[in-house]
Amino acid sequence: MFRFAIKMLFGDNAKFYGILLGLGFASLLIAQQASIFVGLMSRTFAFIGEVGHVDLWVFDPTQSYVDEPKPLRATALPRVRGVTGVAWAAPLYKGLLVATLPDGSRKVCDVVGIDDDTLAGAPAEVVAGSIADLRMPDAVMIEVGSSQQQLRFPADLPPGAVPAPGQVFDPSAPMRPVEIGDIIELNERRARVVGLVRCAETFVAAPTIYTVYSRAVTYAPPSRRVMSTVLVGANEGVAPADLAARIRAETGLEAMQPWDYSMRTLGYWMRETGIPINFGIAIALGFFVGVAIAGQMFYNFTLDNLRYFGAFKAMGASSRLLLGMVALQALVAGVLGLGLGLGAVSAFGLSAAGGKLAFKMLWQIPLIAAGAVLVICVLASVISMWKVVRLDPADVFKGA
Amino acid sequence: MAGATTATDLAIRLRAVEKTFGKGESAVRALRGVDLDVPAGEMTMLVGPSGCGKTTLISILAGLLSRDKGELEVFGQDLNALRRDRLSAWRRDNVGFIFQQFNLVPQLTVAENVSVPLVLKGESVGAAVKKANELLATLGLEGRGKSAPLKLSGGQQQRVAIARALIHEPRLLVCDEPTSALDAELGRRVMSLIRDRSHQHDRAVIVVTHDDRIFHLADRIAQMDDGLIKNIEIRAGSKPL
Repeated sequence: MFRFAIKMLFGDNAKFYGILLGLGFASLLIAQQASIFVGLMSRTFAFIGEVGHVDLWVFDPTQSYVDEPKPLRATALPRVRGVTGVAWAAPLYKGLLVATLPDGSRKVCDVVGIDDDTLAGAPAEVVAGSIADLRMPDAVMIEVGSSQQQLRFPADLPPGAVPAPGQVFDPSAPMRPVEIGDIIELNERRARVVGLVRCAETFVAAPTIYTVYSRAVTYAPPSRRVMSTVLVGANEGVAPADLAARIRAETGLEAMQPWDYSMRTLGYWMRETGIPINFGIAIALGFFVGVAIAGQMFYNFTLDNLRYFGAFKAMGASSRLLLGMVALQALVAGVLGLGLGLGAVSAFGLSAAGGKLAFKMLWQIPLIAAGAVLVICVLASVISMWKVVRLDPADVFKGA
Repeated sequence: MAGATTATDLAIRLRAVEKTFGKGESAVRALRGVDLDVPAGEMTMLVGPSGCGKTTLISILAGLLSRDKGELEVFGQDLNALRRDRLSAWRRDNVGFIFQQFNLVPQLTVAENVSVPLVLKGESVGAAVKKANELLATLGLEGRGKSAPLKLSGGQQQRVAIARALIHEPRLLVCDEPTSALDAELGRRVMSLIRDRSHQHDRAVIVVTHDDRIFHLADRIAQMDDGLIKNIEIRAGSKPL
């Protein structure tokens, strides 16, 4: 009889495709919005992962997220270095500075200054040039996406050339990406592009520029507090959690392992912004659309077949068997609808890969979508089952 | 109404069966104390005006409804004594139904529709469909097993419904207005077929009908009115009780 149940489901084309569409759309909306949400929120702490192998991040105790500008005094570095168990400690600068391009346009850029000696904090992927070139005078490296989209130069200005005094560029003239040798100004100080790097998209949409720490602090506005963070490596055999506690106790600064710092950053954005609520609404809408469309369709499908279930019941089919048939129909529709939706989300994710769109489908997301589809199917089939259980087999003689 | 009988001759024995729907002032007494004996090997027709209790009576006889009062034995079995799951199994094994509206599942093929009672009894779909095709051939529907039911004419659909009712060789065949959708000639052929089955297998057939064109095929005609059997007409050639 279960084979017949499947044939009944597949045989009613209009309702079957309606159910599939509803479930597929629900799982699509749930998984896609959840993936974009995860992708977007991952960007809030992407920089922490970008910095590479660091045991601890040390920062101002009141700092809530990695991009929050609460710099430390320069004395923080030797104080951290003085804590027992610290193998190395390196300064890191991170701040928003204004870059001026040769055509006079100004862009706010996210400038990262890494340790001059160890280059700790450098991005993992260098597209052009060498990270060691950052030690050259005025050297900066630019994130390759920014070089192509936001920091564009006039096409008629050769790499390394400086505009003549009073030279005016036509804003409508063709532009080109930043290339090695190009000169820009950061807070009215000269900066020469020596390479291009690729790093993860972060929550701050500004172009990312890397340089060494000593140069970054000269680009930054003068202040006694310029060091954003101290990066720390623990001695062999020292547990990072223990070391963090010691640093907190001895320096009064906050010290966290990268994952904990990532979660602190994520927690800030989750708590302080409406992003989770907005995405939560979209996901809930997906769920309710699924209930409304697929649930309604499935219920109607069962209602349309109620007279046949009644005939089966009259012929001796038990209620349990009929419930099994309805449950199987719901399960098959659910699995196919889920597959359809997740397939569409995966295609969407593949097409969005490498682009600006935040999309990250964790393995939990298909499970969440499957759970939601399961709930939709259970809701729809329970209501339908109720009709089947209450079905009076004698109704078949009344044309029910 | 019924005369004295011996249990071995009877397929169905009812005594003072009552059935009421609803409660209080809105209660409707559908059966008011029905007495009826249906011999095995015969076709009994239930006739009477709409609302007289025919459908309620066949529903009780087929184990689809329980009676409120009275005695009922179908092939020696008191149906009220069976639990719901046992009653389903009893219907599956002993009763064949021909519904007024056929109730053929449109998404299944003709042969699959016919095979349902066998599949319910645990036979594999393949074997059941094979038997269904064989039976369909005897009913003049050879080669139509893979057709969709809705592509058949009304008469052909009725024959499919008959095949479905007969395939598991039930002891009791319950037919609800089996000729209502058929023209006179086809109606006679269908009823002859059902009658032959009842006689060949020494089983009982109950037919609810308004169609006086087929009355002559009955062994007995039970006239119902207002929840009671008012008269039983025994036709020539039927077994004495």
